Amino acid sequence: MAQEQEEKLFLPRFITTDENFAPGHRACIGCGEALAVRHVCKALGNNVIIVNATGCIEIFSSLLPLTSWRVPWIHTLFENVGAVVSGIESAYKARIRKGKIEDRGVVFVGFAGDGGTSDIGLQALSGAMERGHNFLYCCFDNEAYMNTGIQRSSSTPYGAWTTTAPVGKKSIVGQMTWKKNMPEIAVAHRIPYVATASPSFPFDLMDKVKRGMEIEGPAYLHIFSVCPTGWRCPPEITVEIGRLVVETGIFPLYEVINGEYHLSVDFPELKPVREYLKKQGRFRHLTEKDIERIQARVEEEYQRLKEKVGGK
Amino acid sequence: MTKRRIVGLEGSFAIAEAVRMANVDVISAYPITPQTHIVERLAEMIADGELDAEFICVESEHSAMSACVGASAAGARVFTCSASQGLELMHEVLYIPSSMRLPIVAVAANRALSAPLSVWCDHSDVMAIRDIGWIQIFAENNQQAFDLTVCAYRIAEDKEVLFPAMVHMDGFYLSHVTEGVMLPDEEEVAQFIPDYEYPFVLDPDNPVSMGCYGPPFIYPEAKKAQEVDFEKTKPKIQEVWNEFGDTFGRSYSPVEEYQMEDASIALLTMGSSGETAMLAADEMRAEGREVGLVRLRLWRPFPFKEFREAVKDVELLVVLDRALSFGMGGPVCSEVKSALYEKRKELNIVGFIGGLGGRDIPIDGFKYMVNRAVERVKAAEWGEEMGPEMIGVRE
Ligand SMILES: Cc1ncc(C[n+]2csc(CCOP(=O)(O)OP(=O)(O)O)c2C)c(N)n1
Ligand code: SF4
Ligand SMILES: [Mg+2]
Repeated sequence: MAQEQEEKLFLPRFITTDENFAPGHRACIGCGEALAVRHVCKALGNNVIIVNATGCIEIFSSLLPLTSWRVPWIHTLFENVGAVVSGIESAYKARIRKGKIEDRGVVFVGFAGDGGTSDIGLQALSGAMERGHNFLYCCFDNEAYMNTGIQRSSSTPYGAWTTTAPVGKKSIVGQMTWKKNMPEIAVAHRIPYVATASPSFPFDLMDKVKRGMEIEGPAYLHIFSVCPTGWRCPPEITVEIGRLVVETGIFPLYEVINGEYHLSVDFPELKPVREYLKKQGRFRHLTEKDIERIQARVEEEYQRLKEKVGGK
Repeated sequence: MTKRRIVGLEGSFAIAEAVRMANVDVISAYPITPQTHIVERLAEMIADGELDAEFICVESEHSAMSACVGASAAGARVFTCSASQGLELMHEVLYIPSSMRLPIVAVAANRALSAPLSVWCDHSDVMAIRDIGWIQIFAENNQQAFDLTVCAYRIAEDKEVLFPAMVHMDGFYLSHVTEGVMLPDEEEVAQFIPDYEYPFVLDPDNPVSMGCYGPPFIYPEAKKAQEVDFEKTKPKIQEVWNEFGDTFGRSYSPVEEYQMEDASIALLTMGSSGETAMLAADEMRAEGREVGLVRLRLWRPFPFKEFREAVKDVELLVVLDRALSFGMGGPVCSEVKSALYEKRKELNIVGFIGGLGGRDIPIDGFKYMVNRAVERVKAAEWGEEMGPEMIGVRE
């Protein structure tokens, strides 16, 4: 291949070697959240302010007197990222308008886990999206409250074992409810940009972060984040799981730009969900019937999504 | 020549005027009776171009305070206000600006807590937020509501202070009552509270990490530093109030005395009931009784020294609480007792609980308290227990 061609293939994928999320943090080995944060920070660059909810990320990155953050970062509470980011954005807006500071295009970003987003922080986030603040919100979805010890959230998938949805003699499936569809809730706010991503598709993830930053108004990014500790899987298969979840159609990668759906990767045929489920201890109690039920649900949801993509 | 003028304003509008003159950058608030007129008036001012600020119409008080935290950390001058259930809902967030040293200014239009639902005044909401680490100041009338709000910005933003400050104004008694308020010239106020630069602002050119995680090896040091600095705000608060007095002609102090010269009995109040208590003291003085009044203006940090000084010669202290700590009595009375215990064990302190949920305390109510307190001290000498008593309540 000619060198020019090689560069064309390579250069768009060329990513910064800067690590604004510095190494030395205390995440578990194989943590998918830490991996995702690292990629997100590479795409975000330096001109950002990050607001972080309580949760694993905050705990493993900010143990006093150390910090992993090379960009301005603030944590206050668990459920208020949407509101804190609204305040920061409004402060910049007012101060720029009043001539107190220059407009340097600072990007305002919220980080929270699935609990901090789809449960306790939903109200504050909904308010921020509805009011139309200019910010990017990243939900790092590891499908449970991991920081407090693997308790279920509304984002925990059907059938998963957690410490508050345990597998017992009477209750034998673990989580009895289906995962809340948080990206669709964001879409329902009619914000200009909603997307799903997985750090196992790093270029796709970074492209989406960039689009979310550039679009004026609220942008919501839902990032699948493997948690080997909570999911009872070996840390070396984090990336594999993050790929399988997409290939099985359990967590499709898509974007909704101004209401228009686009699938980011499509497969002629989805892999069976069994391949994904069997690799994780949190699903090991599931019977064939449970797995069939999950398979049917995944196919139905995937079909529904494809109709939305086709419908446009 | 400065243009000062007396205007008829309800307490809420007086607060709004102070906020407008403070030229705040961000307001974030959620409506609740009896605070609503403040937010409505501010929204109007912005809509009419009289104030250039972002008004974040948040979806809850929790978010109201959270947005203030964000805005303040980004260097803005901010304002919020609430009451009762609203303060309770933002309770968790209130500890953040005091621990992260963000000079937010807030006003509380004091109101009772549910249940049963009551929109009327008492101090239950104040007592629920005693320990949040904010500077807390009580106003007794609308002029004070204005003055103390202006001063609150100057105090909170002082580089040696950098603590949030809350002005307490009794719901309805002040928030909805129109009185003459002397408004200073805007320029004068602008000079008194000049633009400020928050020293640890969230800025990509100078990255800081705020709100980190504090394990046991560092948490107590962080708390001690906070307490030491909080105590140090007292002289600064007095300094600002003195300077306000020099400029505008009205000065304030942490503990304010009325008819206290040679008083052997002192009433103690916080908030608007102080004005009724003054009338009661006048009437009792006319009857030849040595009754005076002490009003706590600064509630936090508690003005131990000034308070002990104010009551050093009295024999009986009669404390009114507009709140109830179930199973304990009046919270102000408990605090006052603990403030005096080391210095004046022999002083008789009798507490009353009254004015809950907007029940009025008339002048006679204060006279009753004084008389009843004298009786109870005697009864106590014969061995009767001196528990808290609720006044003005049907049996
Ligand atoms: C108001 C409040 N309730 C509960 C907690 C305890 N808590 C801290 S983090 C957390 C779970 C976080 O879960 P998630 O948002 O999914 O983030 P993760 O740790 O999984 O990344 C909980 C329950 C808290 N800090 N604050
Ligand atoms: S518990 Fe899970 S999410 Fe939390 S640090 Fe460990 S691997 Fe990461
Ligand atoms: Mg989680």
